[in-house]
Amino acid sequence: MTGIAAYGAYVPITRLPLSLIAGRPAKEGGPERSVADYDEDAVTMAVTAAIDCLTGVARDSVDAVYFASTSYPLREKQGAALIAKALDLRRDVLTQDHTGSLRAGAAALESALHAVTARALRAVLVVASDCRLGAPRGALEAKFGDGAVALLVTASPIARFEASFSLADELQDVWRIDGERFTHTWEDRFAIQEGYTPNLFAAVLGLLERTGRSAEDFARVALYTPDERSSGGVLKKLGFKDQQVQDPLFGRLGNTGTPFALMLLVHALESARPGDRVLVAGYGDGAHALSFEVTDAIGALAPRRAMSWHLARRRAIPSYDTYLRARGLDAKEWEAGADLGLSATIRFRERDADIAFLGARCTSCGQVHFPKPRVCAKCFAKDGWEPYRLSDRRGRLLAYTFDYFFPAAEPPTIMVMTEVDGCRVQVQMTNTRPADVALEQPVEYVFRKIHDAGGKPNYFWKASPLETSHG
Amino acid sequence: MAESIRDKVAVVGVGACQFGENWDRSREDMIVDAAYEAYADAGIDDPQRRIEAVFAGAVYPREGTAEIAEALKLFGKPISLVSDYCQTGTDAFRYGVFSIAAGVYDTVLVVGFDKPKDRGVSGPSVTFDRVRGLPATPAGWFSLCAARYFETFGAGREDLAKIAVKNHHNGTLAPKSMLKREITVKDVLEARIISWPFGLYDCAAQSDGAAACVLTRADLAKSFRDDPVYVKAVSIAVAEHPQRDPNFDFLGWKPTIYAAKDAYAQAGISEPFRELDVVQLHDCFTLTELLTYEDLGLCKKGEAKEHVASGTFALGGELPVNTDGGLKTFGHPTGATGVRMIYENTLQLQGRAGPRQVPGASLALSHNIGGPPTTCGIAILGR
Repeated sequence: MTGIAAYGAYVPITRLPLSLIAGRPAKEGGPERSVADYDEDAVTMAVTAAIDCLTGVARDSVDAVYFASTSYPLREKQGAALIAKALDLRRDVLTQDHTGSLRAGAAALESALHAVTARALRAVLVVASDCRLGAPRGALEAKFGDGAVALLVTASPIARFEASFSLADELQDVWRIDGERFTHTWEDRFAIQEGYTPNLFAAVLGLLERTGRSAEDFARVALYTPDERSSGGVLKKLGFKDQQVQDPLFGRLGNTGTPFALMLLVHALESARPGDRVLVAGYGDGAHALSFEVTDAIGALAPRRAMSWHLARRRAIPSYDTYLRARGLDAKEWEAGADLGLSATIRFRERDADIAFLGARCTSCGQVHFPKPRVCAKCFAKDGWEPYRLSDRRGRLLAYTFDYFFPAAEPPTIMVMTEVDGCRVQVQMTNTRPADVALEQPVEYVFRKIHDAGGKPNYFWKASPLETSHG
Repeated sequence: MAESIRDKVAVVGVGACQFGENWDRSREDMIVDAAYEAYADAGIDDPQRRIEAVFAGAVYPREGTAEIAEALKLFGKPISLVSDYCQTGTDAFRYGVFSIAAGVYDTVLVVGFDKPKDRGVSGPSVTFDRVRGLPATPAGWFSLCAARYFETFGAGREDLAKIAVKNHHNGTLAPKSMLKREITVKDVLEARIISWPFGLYDCAAQSDGAAACVLTRADLAKSFRDDPVYVKAVSIAVAEHPQRDPNFDFLGWKPTIYAAKDAYAQAGISEPFRELDVVQLHDCFTLTELLTYEDLGLCKKGEAKEHVASGTFALGGELPVNTDGGLKTFGHPTGATGVRMIYENTLQLQGRAGPRQVPGASLALSHNIGGPPTTCGIAILGR
């Protein structure tokens, strides 16, 4: 039996009344979000949540720390090792950082559960913490909140791990480029309709199918949600009722990012009874769904602060300027709208061609096309296609040009027409020089960065001379 | 089979503004210059009454049809705007011709214009809005046939250079051209490379410009002027994308081959080289002109370079091509180009082309090819 043996959480005492962002005076009882104070960050919040979680737990028993965050301040240097030291854990503790996505928290939890289930580790402390920034007075600033969560995974759980279901997805709905302070999102409806909703739905449905359970088997469902409304539609479609849904705490806490779903899980466990089933799901570049069954051991869990205590403990900050100062923000900063780079929606539609390098083979005549058309140019059959992966095929050069006009780090850009399995594919060519390019030359295809529009690396495939030997 | 368009519609007035980097001329200025010259050419002094509809072409339009209505103060009338790569002007002309042939209007204005020089870049805009199909530059698109054509027929950059030299010469004789400077083959070969095999002089310049013509019913034409020019054919054809077509041979452009076949059938032309007297073709790049000689059936596939060497297509040759200097010297304000060619061919057919006049010209073809390239427009005018 594997599962969650203990939990802890942290929410900063300071709250930013949302009316202050809008330049109106704060009103007692009005909507607010949690906000880390000037001396707090993702690590300090993580340590505090971990100490809460380890109440009554021998520190020496912890074998591993998995730290999940997208806002840990250092790019090179581990957060988990710092947290382990602050917690005075054993020297031979296994430490890992999980980052790069808001589902890193759920991912770290799933990894910990698998490790303990496999008996590779006995006690894994999963800590997730985020202190993300939306641009001042931007749409995200009022939706975000700051906080942390910690879960101890062992073979003696208060909530037994039943099953998990995870999936990966590639779309640019929420992102922050290296060096940027503010999180960006593509148009809300795209992010919700093509990212959040289908991924969460598929993950939860996959979990239900894997466990053979249905919605009514769960006492609580704790779902990551980017706003107060979006989880409702997913859950309703899956057959969950309003009273099963764990309150996402908008107006009190805000979207805390990486720890968010796990904080809601902790809040659910605080009032759970033995036998209750709880489902938790996180989102970001795909989704994780995990189900737990609360055990009798929950009654013996030492008292702790967790979510309820932290939510009740609050102090509104007096002004928007106080918030700006605490976060080191300049009121004149705002989200740059100029160069978003590639359209996220186009990139989303074309990901099979551009990222997976999939062409299509006509099921009527066998002709391969790239990218996949609707109507076959050879036999005019409509919508009869099977995917045809070009990335591991070999082609030959039919035509070329050397473009000195197109901005490139090392002009000229070598543009070639290749033929691969009867299909014409126009790509750039790399690993060569103009003098070495020749008609009929055999090529392979390599995944490369094409440009940095929008400050992001944008990828596609290029031709490369087919290497037959390494002389 | 429907009837041919031949001889149903007449061009009774043409006009063009000065082409160039018109920093001090607005889009309104250019549209008005071109249209009012065409009005005057047609003897129209009350355009608000006589012009029943406008067919416009522009690839960089700003305010849709409103900027045309505002410029010309033509209100309460139908104005259509075509925007489709380099054949935009020819296509706008085609809609105008069809509207007259359909009997819907007696007299319409066709105006093509563009002002790419307000974009702040020299040459075409470079886009990074996708990862596939880059670099998406016209030079990159049109150079794609070079390597295989050269290898198959033994042609090279020197053959292309002679075309640039010819067009630069012709441009010195056209009052409204942008570039009026003779160049040498050496100049062409030594210029910086844009997209191999194209050096700077192998490429048409970017410029601002507008051109216009007045169309009317053939039976009304002589009420405007004594020497109207008649539309013999107007054709548009869209071909397979050359970067995807599994049968593309890199030796010629299919859009031209398709459109020429249709246009010659409309005009009743069976031997284009013998029957045509003057040709304006789309020399966006020197190679485009070389291939188009063949694609239009003016010579056999692979033989174009011999004709370039012998001067077949020069002024004074057997079939002068790009008598005004073409895109090479006028630049290529995309929407204007097709109409600018109608302007030149009309002057040629009416014996008004001055030092670049082709003696006794009675049948003239104009040609645009655009996109990667995928689309061609051809118009044939005659006396």
